[in-house]
Amino acid sequence: MAVTPQATPDSPAEVADALRQASYLADESTALIAFLAQRLGKPVLVEGPAGVGKTELAKALSRATGRELVRLQCYEGLDEAKALYEWNYRKQLLQIQATASTGDEESAPVGMGEIFTEEFLLERPLMKAIANPDPVVLLIDEIDKTDQEFEAMLLELLSDFQITIPEMGQISATTHPIVLLTSNNSRELTEALKRRCLYLWLDYPNREREIEIIRLHEPEIDQALAGRLVDVVDMVRELDLKKPPSIAESIDWARTLVLMGADDIDEKTFRDSLSIIIKHRTDLDLVAEKIVPRLGGASTNGSS
Amino acid sequence: MTDKPSGMAEHILAFCEELRSEDVAIGTSEIQDAFKALEIIPWIEPVDFRESLATTLAKSPKDREIFDLVFDRHFFRATEAASLEYAPEGGEGRKAALSDDIRDELSMEALAEAIRQAIAEGDESAMNELARLAIEAFGRQGESSGVVGVDMQRIRRGLGLTPSSDSSGDGEADGEQIDRDQIARFERQLRRELQRQQIQKQGQLPPARPLSDLNRALPMRGAQDLAAVHKAVAQMKRRLATLGHDPRGAKRGRTVDVRRTMRSSLETGGVPLNLKYRPRRPRKPEIYVLCDVSTSVSSASTFFLSVLHALHDSFRKLRSFVFIERISEVTHVFEDERDFTAIAEKITSTGGVADISGYTDYGRVWNEFYADVSADLGPRSTVIVLGDARTNGRPPAEDAFARVADRANRTFWLNPEPELYWNYGDSVMSAYTPFCDGAFECWKTEHLEQFVDVVASGKVEHATSSARKYTSGHRY
Repeated sequence: MAVTPQATPDSPAEVADALRQASYLADESTALIAFLAQRLGKPVLVEGPAGVGKTELAKALSRATGRELVRLQCYEGLDEAKALYEWNYRKQLLQIQATASTGDEESAPVGMGEIFTEEFLLERPLMKAIANPDPVVLLIDEIDKTDQEFEAMLLELLSDFQITIPEMGQISATTHPIVLLTSNNSRELTEALKRRCLYLWLDYPNREREIEIIRLHEPEIDQALAGRLVDVVDMVRELDLKKPPSIAESIDWARTLVLMGADDIDEKTFRDSLSIIIKHRTDLDLVAEKIVPRLGGASTNGSS
Repeated sequence: MTDKPSGMAEHILAFCEELRSEDVAIGTSEIQDAFKALEIIPWIEPVDFRESLATTLAKSPKDREIFDLVFDRHFFRATEAASLEYAPEGGEGRKAALSDDIRDELSMEALAEAIRQAIAEGDESAMNELARLAIEAFGRQGESSGVVGVDMQRIRRGLGLTPSSDSSGDGEADGEQIDRDQIARFERQLRRELQRQQIQKQGQLPPARPLSDLNRALPMRGAQDLAAVHKAVAQMKRRLATLGHDPRGAKRGRTVDVRRTMRSSLETGGVPLNLKYRPRRPRKPEIYVLCDVSTSVSSASTFFLSVLHALHDSFRKLRSFVFIERISEVTHVFEDERDFTAIAEKITSTGGVADISGYTDYGRVWNEFYADVSADLGPRSTVIVLGDARTNGRPPAEDAFARVADRANRTFWLNPEPELYWNYGDSVMSAYTPFCDGAFECWKTEHLEQFVDVVASGKVEHATSSARKYTSGHRY
């Protein structure tokens, strides 16, 4: 990729172009916010339904800027030791033992300063992102899965890009990482966290954009079929499903249709490939009941 | 471009002030961010300008909605105010510039046709132009009423703009399909133009009106707010799961995994230096929900059923009961059926409710519940009652309820009536509240969220008082 790592973009359009080259089609506001994030050095909180490409945005940003992606997957019960850093007790103990056995009894015991150094630190993702000499893209995925306490711990990192280790002092980032936090909105995040972030709401793309996205990832599909596919997926998303089909699933479906050699989505192809986009038994029933009858009628008109 | 006119900064501050008055929490740091963003954004681009403000100021989908409303209103008013101030004749000039020659011969049908086309193409500037033409055409017919809403309806009807109702059916016949969104966009233009003309006529701005409650949140309308209920319940799930745990910190209450400790001690010469702990499993709460479906709560029962529906989505160990005169378990109904309307029908028609025609009898319900289910209640159980505590004069049997509450870990009562009405008439709420960990009024999603908040804050023992504090702040 022809992007130099340190370059900061000059306009949102430039970011959009770079993302497009990293095969991510960003809409206007996404590109703008990605641009602002880089220029202002602020973290971005990305929210939206599952499967609209929140995580993918971070990956694309990492590809587009040539930065390394450091990812922290959040889950219930995640704590500092797994997110920030941990002392390597084992190594510390060995160190103590080693000095105790070689040195004579009169020498001073091993001081705090000697075993609480970077050598004995196990870096976890957040620490890694801060301490990295090259700028990185830090992705904190599904922040809403953690507890509020963990969120509070992130505040220092997000506003000042530094981490305080009681035994060593502060470690500050030498370069500004691009930080993305994603949330599926399963709980309300704290005001304090939101205040430190730019906010981006990602929704399902509109029809044209989704067609474009599908064709970008599956170039062999023809325009009409892609349009038809998006129409059907839209219909499915309107139902009250446990898990509506995401963009990734639209793409998978497009690939499947190409492999099947289908040139239109009629009842049979739909039934055959239904399981690609619907992943719940109850959803399958609902879709079979509500969508399948509409397919026959709609297909005579083509995609309008 | 870097040297901004001082007016702009003030406009943005005024705009933030207006957002604050609509309950969007905006701190000074957010405003600073907005200004920083505007420094590097060419803010003559309307979309960039708007999005930059939105991303720094509005931090939730709900805030974003309010932001859009306020943004339109504020900057529309601001431009109008400016145009009144600087160029009182500006409006006339603009009107004259508008395709003078075609104006006369433009028939109503042709206009309607042109508008249809513009709407179908989504051409904003053409729509704007045509909106002005339409207003003028109607103005010549002397139909202007001076009320924006009325005029708009008339013009819309006159142009025959109706959304093609059933997308698959007859809409296809015209060959033209205009959906509701696109018409709404034209209407927005129309409304804007009408307002603009009115302002020009009167030479002053109408008083600013705060967004009505209708604009931001609709009260519960059956299944429509299902999503909101689901969200609140999903939050509740997390809270109930972690509640009762001591706060994290140190390694309190963790049990040592002897086997793993011994194994790892080999590395340190058989001395167990590293203690290995058993991983802590989040506790799975068991929930018992009792839901009143009698006629006295019929307005609320749709809401309650949607709460139940959402609960079933989130919790595995959930047993639900509905009751009127007698109690009956409906867990299986929710487990078998996913579609909300089907569930509501099953339950409210015949679905297992023992005596649909009877009157609510709380005393009997408690006794039955205690006899049938209480053996399963334990320190992990949470009992949630959804009901109005109106016993129709029958004995409340609070002792039975007390025994139930005693066996369960926590007991909450959600009452669909405003707290004001509790204990009036045949409501015996006060008989039950002493045994509850919390009693809340709950007739819309906001209340449900408050309930989650109060439960979440862990201050359950003061729940009633804090709930009161919450609700008294409401203007409903």
